[in-house]
Amino acid sequence: MIIKTVDNVQDAVKGVKDGMTFMLGGFGLCGIPENAISELVRLNLKNLTCISNNAGVDDFGLGQLLHKKQIDKMVSSYVGENAIFEKQMLSGELDVELIPQGTLAARCQAAQQGFPAIYTPAGYGTEVAQGKETREFDGKMYVLEEAFKADFAFVKAWKGDKAGNLIFKGTARNFNPAMCGSAKITVAEVEELVEPGELDPNHIHIPGIFVQRIFQGKDYEKRIEQRTVRTK
Amino acid sequence: MLDKNGIAKRIAKEVKDGYYVNLGIGIPTLVANFVRDDIQVEFQSENGILGMGPFPFEGEEDADLINAGKQTITALPGASFFDSALSFGMIRGQHVDLTILGAMEVAENGDIANWKIPGKMVKGMGGAMDLVASAENIIVAMMHTNKAGDSKLLKRCSLPLTGVGCVTKIVSNLAVLEVTKDGFKLLERAPGVSVEEIQAATEGKLIVEGEIPEMQLN
Repeated sequence: MIIKTVDNVQDAVKGVKDGMTFMLGGFGLCGIPENAISELVRLNLKNLTCISNNAGVDDFGLGQLLHKKQIDKMVSSYVGENAIFEKQMLSGELDVELIPQGTLAARCQAAQQGFPAIYTPAGYGTEVAQGKETREFDGKMYVLEEAFKADFAFVKAWKGDKAGNLIFKGTARNFNPAMCGSAKITVAEVEELVEPGELDPNHIHIPGIFVQRIFQGKDYEKRIEQRTVRTK
Repeated sequence: MLDKNGIAKRIAKEVKDGYYVNLGIGIPTLVANFVRDDIQVEFQSENGILGMGPFPFEGEEDADLINAGKQTITALPGASFFDSALSFGMIRGQHVDLTILGAMEVAENGDIANWKIPGKMVKGMGGAMDLVASAENIIVAMMHTNKAGDSKLLKRCSLPLTGVGCVTKIVSNLAVLEVTKDGFKLLERAPGVSVEEIQAATEGKLIVEGEIPEMQLN
């Protein structure tokens, strides 16, 4: 067994530098690596490229990094919830590459699994495909999309063990599994860190081989963006 | 003329027994409220759930359980969770039977635009480009005209495209139309709406063959 634990978020993000490319898990504010984001804000790193499906909201998630103008470029599929983002993008202050959500997941997974690129039908005939190689298979057109290259992947899981094995909960799983092992270093934060052997190997979603550092996260806010309920 | 719930109600009749269905944000989300309860249907939300249920009761919201619109939801018996890569795998792999989404513009050749207004609004395409490029059965829920009264059913889309030649059917506040190789074929009129009114609100080629029936909503 290989132990991957680090004591705290400071040790977990060791090696991060200005100008790096980060992958960050989460869909909206669901399943985001809250502890890692707070530390990146505290370190005040600059000129970052962030690959993440969304950009948080104005005062939470990646919105905090945007607010301090730490991000030069975002690669996302949907940014509608963030007014600061839209303002920085329309003014040209922030470079934004908007790509289809499935393509985002596939480019993460390609990096994880050793594919240099993948063909997808998404975006064919649209501005997303401009300048990219296209090819016909069985009468249908596809766009060649390259695997991401990133320095760090920051992911959040529900439970993990010290060997780096991860289990996710509900729809907080989203992009986190495909980002594990997709960057040079994968940092996992978990709500509950347990001893090896405590998690049933049948229930592991991501094996520890894809994770370099794991730590017990704290003070999770788990903010809800749209609280929708029905009455009894 | 239909309101948003009316459009959702009419689209719900397109949902058949045994279908896996992906609902987009906005009017499409309302469709779930009107699907017959004597058929078996599962709703997929691309952020990672099959078997999506209604909103939770107050106090039972779970931050780890949301739909693609970031709304709190529930999971029905038989539901499953999965990651984004597998979710779009089931979409690209055409395992989802029906996709219902909104649009800013649809062209008579089936092109759709719904993600960007250059210089004004850029929210992103989310999963829409993957859905329209992959699904075989795509129904668009939309208003026939914009607030200024201009048609949104066009000869050619003016906005950046989401997908090409992909829309199969449109349910608007005025009509049900099928997208054919020759243009928009009028299938049904909304209650109280005439063929002439639909013609006047449609910029793209409208095909009217024979008597056009009024929609049956119940």
